[in-house]
Amino acid sequence: MNGPQDVGGRHGFGPVVAEEEHIRFHADWERRALGLTLAAGALGYWNIDASRHARESLPPAVYYGSSYYKIWMTALETLLENAGELTREELATGQALKPGHRADRCLAPQAVPQVLKAGGPSDRPGPAPLFKVGDRVRTRNHQPAGHTRLPSYARERTGVVTALHGAHVYPDTNAHFKGEQPCPLYTVRFTAQELYGDDADPTLTVSIDAWEPYLDHA
Amino acid sequence: MHDHHDHDNELDEMTARVRALETVLVEKGLIDPAAVDAIIDTYENKVGPRNGASVVAKAWSDPDFADWLRRDATEAIASMGFEGRQGEHMHAVFNTPETHNLVVCTLCSCYPWPVLGLPPAWYKAPDYRARAVREPRAVLAEFGVTLAPDTQIQVWDSTAELRYLVIPERPAGTEGLNAAALADLVTRDSMIGCGVAKRPGAT
Repeated sequence: MNGPQDVGGRHGFGPVVAEEEHIRFHADWERRALGLTLAAGALGYWNIDASRHARESLPPAVYYGSSYYKIWMTALETLLENAGELTREELATGQALKPGHRADRCLAPQAVPQVLKAGGPSDRPGPAPLFKVGDRVRTRNHQPAGHTRLPSYARERTGVVTALHGAHVYPDTNAHFKGEQPCPLYTVRFTAQELYGDDADPTLTVSIDAWEPYLDHA
Repeated sequence: MHDHHDHDNELDEMTARVRALETVLVEKGLIDPAAVDAIIDTYENKVGPRNGASVVAKAWSDPDFADWLRRDATEAIASMGFEGRQGEHMHAVFNTPETHNLVVCTLCSCYPWPVLGLPPAWYKAPDYRARAVREPRAVLAEFGVTLAPDTQIQVWDSTAELRYLVIPERPAGTEGLNAAALADLVTRDSMIGCGVAKRPGAT
């Protein structure tokens, strides 16, 4: 989607403010926001693509005006509401009005190390790749209203395949619970001048990881 | 993007909001607060950039391990005990005198958690995400890093579930150092590509 998350290459943003390595959080509620978001994921109502889509679906003014973990919390509330596990009234009062449907899937503390260690690999059996390393490919004019991982700065641009990664879960469908539909994943490299025009840094190349439906032969 | 006055005002509102949500979810039996505590403890105290620094130090001192990292970074890194969430599909990219690598996630905040822990605030902010793919030299200058004008810059936008770890160049004058001393030279920012490894004796 052409949402507020798609900022790559945009002008007008500010300086990058370095941060000491030991800093992990900026407020105690951020700790809880992280822990709650990961723990609630174990309920199995959504996948990583759906949770990203919930965040990028915030209205642009809200997205840009919110801190990172505030975006996470807003999205988590929405995901739980959509799952039928939370109402606005419950949030407003801080009191549960009915029991949870999936309390049987509540993440136990002793399961946390194994769940984090297992992670969520996205590689799957899938179709053979159409392209090979060295092929010139052109990204499609792909701008669905829903979730996608083709950034706008790399749309309708010609690059070179530099790596094949087998088939991976396709976010454009998975985010909308339309199946994982695994398809071949590639790394595609572009020159900055192809992306941004003649004035771009001639020493710069940018790579994206792109699923086959984003690509055509150049 | 960071107005400290707004941020301060936001704290109280967010503290209340997060507490309300956790209270409701615990009452419903959907969340065990001890599991939340365990997740926080993992990423606050156990998993962080010192993991990645030990990977880099080993790559610097063990050519076979460096080759393994190039071929299959996921397996090579797992052999040191670092694996799992947000590091399921790892790729190591090696800086050379000719090429500097820089990692970003323009669309969200993808980051190799098992080796670097949680991303710093700037990595998640639109400022870095917008500019890293267009004007990385200007971004690097804000970190105090100046590359030679003819150094090639390769930016990796983490748009899928692959996670990138930059292996910075080994500084000169480190021939006699052991793995722990080498790891001390490896900063978090150097493993994102926003810094270079420290020289021995530098602070």
